[in-house]
Amino acid sequence: MNVQTPNGFALDNSGRRMVVDPVTRIEGHMRCEVNLDSNNIIRNAVSTGTMWRGLEIILKGRDPRDAWAFCERICGVCTGTHALTSVRAVENALGIQIPENANTIRNMMQLTLWVHDHLVHFYHLHALDWVDVISALKADPKATSALAQSISPWAKSSPGYFSDVQARLQRFVDSGQLGPFMNGYWGNPAYLLPPEANLMATAHYLEALDFQREIVKIHTVFGGKNPHPNWLVGGMACAINMDATMGAGAPVNVTQLNLVADIISRTIQFIDQVYVPDMKAIASFYKNWDYGQGLAGKNVISYGEFPLHANDYTNLMIPRGAIINGNLNEILPVDLADLDQVQEFVDHSWYKYPDESKGLHPWEGITDPNFELGPNTIGTKTNIQQLDEGAKYSYIKAARWRGHAMEVGPLSRFTLGYAQGNAEFKDPVDKLLTDLGLPFNALFTTLGRTAARALEASWAAHKLQDCFDHLIATIAAGDSSTANTDNWEPTTWPSEVKGVGFAEAPRGALGHWLHIKDAKIESYQAVVPTTWNGSPRDPAGNVGAFEAALLGTPLANPNQPLEILRTLHSFDPCLACSTHVMAPDGGELVRVQVR
Amino acid sequence: MISVADKPQTFYELMRAQGTSRRSFLKFCSLTAAALGLEPVYADKIAHAMETKPRLPVLWLHGLECTCCSESFIRSGNPLSSDVILKMISLDYDDTLMTAAGHDAEAILDEIPNKYPGEYILAVEGNPPLNEDGMYCIIGGKPFVERLKSVAANAKAVIAWGACASWGCVQAAKPNPTQAVPIDKVITDKPIIKVPGCPPIAEVMTGVISYILTFDRLPELDSRGRPAMFYGQRIHDKCYRRPHFDAGEFVQSWDDEGARKGYCLYKMGCKGPTTYNACSTVRWNGGVSFPIQSGHGCIGCSEDNFWDNGPFYSRLANIGAGFGVEATADTVGGTAAAAALAGVAAHAGASAIKHFTRKPGEGDKQ
Repeated sequence: MNVQTPNGFALDNSGRRMVVDPVTRIEGHMRCEVNLDSNNIIRNAVSTGTMWRGLEIILKGRDPRDAWAFCERICGVCTGTHALTSVRAVENALGIQIPENANTIRNMMQLTLWVHDHLVHFYHLHALDWVDVISALKADPKATSALAQSISPWAKSSPGYFSDVQARLQRFVDSGQLGPFMNGYWGNPAYLLPPEANLMATAHYLEALDFQREIVKIHTVFGGKNPHPNWLVGGMACAINMDATMGAGAPVNVTQLNLVADIISRTIQFIDQVYVPDMKAIASFYKNWDYGQGLAGKNVISYGEFPLHANDYTNLMIPRGAIINGNLNEILPVDLADLDQVQEFVDHSWYKYPDESKGLHPWEGITDPNFELGPNTIGTKTNIQQLDEGAKYSYIKAARWRGHAMEVGPLSRFTLGYAQGNAEFKDPVDKLLTDLGLPFNALFTTLGRTAARALEASWAAHKLQDCFDHLIATIAAGDSSTANTDNWEPTTWPSEVKGVGFAEAPRGALGHWLHIKDAKIESYQAVVPTTWNGSPRDPAGNVGAFEAALLGTPLANPNQPLEILRTLHSFDPCLACSTHVMAPDGGELVRVQVR
Repeated sequence: MISVADKPQTFYELMRAQGTSRRSFLKFCSLTAAALGLEPVYADKIAHAMETKPRLPVLWLHGLECTCCSESFIRSGNPLSSDVILKMISLDYDDTLMTAAGHDAEAILDEIPNKYPGEYILAVEGNPPLNEDGMYCIIGGKPFVERLKSVAANAKAVIAWGACASWGCVQAAKPNPTQAVPIDKVITDKPIIKVPGCPPIAEVMTGVISYILTFDRLPELDSRGRPAMFYGQRIHDKCYRRPHFDAGEFVQSWDDEGARKGYCLYKMGCKGPTTYNACSTVRWNGGVSFPIQSGHGCIGCSEDNFWDNGPFYSRLANIGAGFGVEATADTVGGTAAAAALAGVAAHAGASAIKHFTRKPGEGDKQ
């Protein structure tokens, strides 16, 4: 059957159906089904969130000051970003102002997450979509060394080093226990790198795995641990003591800040000398593989991030705004408190609304889980062979901005920054495209998403240094405060308030909306990046970013989902984040079955 | 697709092949022994074990969770997670890291249990929801709980990573809308080692694996199935701020003078006095800090039901402040341990655990 979606995509589900479940190398659980035509080109795509935890239901009735800890457990990969959004939402509701140092430290926590998450995503969740590890066994270590030295001053680049990595890899393969590389798609014709590039990237896969644990020590200094550092409504709990008695036992002191400074400089070096050059090298071999646009460059949104100064959420380092219908000449204002802007639909999601033709703003949202399969499902309720996308088919709701399906994430943020003419975003994009000899529109592809993430990792690493310098300058000027406790006690709170907090998670726009009544959480709703990117269809039939991006992509081997994984991974899906919602009325939701 | 050869190499052969000298290998064994808190003579035992054993197949399943346990695992510095994954174990299934997807991934869950019956470890991150016939967590079109049970059937032992698999954690907090349950509710005939925490400390996770590899048995477990070496003491017992507790010096308000001096966080709601974990000894991320050192109280994330024992900023009841509080604090701890003992008596897998956790030198008396 041929369908034209209102947002401009042709769907045809008549060809062979291919199911990928589980989609691996993501956070959480996801399924993807596609229809292939006779040329093995994807003509229909169905993306499904396959888990639901009900976290916001659990938040009802809790102390709002505790909410960050619950919300943080929405996701351990983008750890901290939900906690930050939550404390901002509570502070917004209660009118709490935070000290300058708290804002700076929060910015550093969030930047640390961005750099770490982007690095781990590229090497450990995404690289194997581009890099054939087994092909690396055929590489010439001398040529690999020459390649590495031609693109980066990174010291670990001698022929001996690559020869050693290759020998280790050879013995690993010979051991017969391939571990995480078992049943991979090695030798698939969609892998385009020469053996030397594969060997270089494999070496860096291992180096990045060893280095990433250093970056997060910044979270450990300020938040006590990673994953899941600690946050505080009203500021940060990490008191600063630079020179007074007992400074050595204080959370933030000169030795801890020296550690942070060292980590920042090593992080900048690793990102700029390993990650970014690798991304460019890989891109240079794949620049003709220009699939995966979907909504990129057409409908994109960012809520903005990184307040330059405390409590000023209009002056942000990452821009806020929306672009629709590909008009980069106009950046539209985004207001998260406007009931007509962000809305969620459920007519294709496993939830119930009284009227499913309409969307609901998160402050008014309801959730009533409703796991039911459509009439064209193949299989049974507990053994699904094929989903019916004409009916409900995902635990992800369909988030829309003024009715539009939107893409979020690093590429969307860079697109907005570029459209603003902001040199921090425009210059690295222009340089990359020039170096690769690619036109501007090449940005709006799977590869473009992956490239933007690398450029953003570099941006964030350098911003870490700026924030650190600002922290030192503020302390030097005599301000060491980290928390405002004026409204800590619930007796100071109004009886009924609502608030909204936002952040840009590594994967994209994130918002939390809550009501507080009599010092307890009355309702809580999170609309997360993968709610946008992974959304199912809406009542009008618009497809979301994942589904749109898969359309038109050919599979080199129709029995291997390599290209599907490549495009899905370019969004860095996070399913635990996207699949949990709540009923503000706390209505009957639970059907307990005791076993 | 690369086929899997029949004869796996030993850990030592692999390390040697990958360029590690014998001297470095022995040093690694000594460091491992030290990290595990063992006498130096155990370094020889570790070396011997690693010279003779093939890499242990590990199948790592994910239920309802947030992936913080996997993220924590890869933070391990000693041993490095890359060494654990590529040299010490054979991580044959882990949907967060594995290359294969869909059918190619699922095939491994058939292949490994058949190829290594009774010889692989099942590691579980997250937990199964039972509501809606298990379909709040769907993998391969089927309820996660089905797969969990089938992969457990032939496992040598099961590791419950983190608070989700051990106790239920956040999705099981009231009102537990999905009826998420800890894994020992559905796996009742296998030894289960619980490594709680949200997440557990990285070096605790890799320490547990190193121990199992080295001694071919689970570490000694406490009455609730946790490794005694890491969960035998309360955070309060070894907290560097404990002298301030004893002296009655407390943080009274965030960022006050006491906060800047590193006074005790008990009055700010710290759950260190009732939380069994190694945070104040092993610390986090290579020993950089731990929650209390960074100025925020412990939220008790390794304890059963900790989400419903809040609010987090309310001070613990039944513990007086100031001098003479240790008796009270110990009473609280003692009460918790007694309750836990009563619970474990009903545990169907208790004898299996005992069998697998016998002391070195003991024969198979059962």
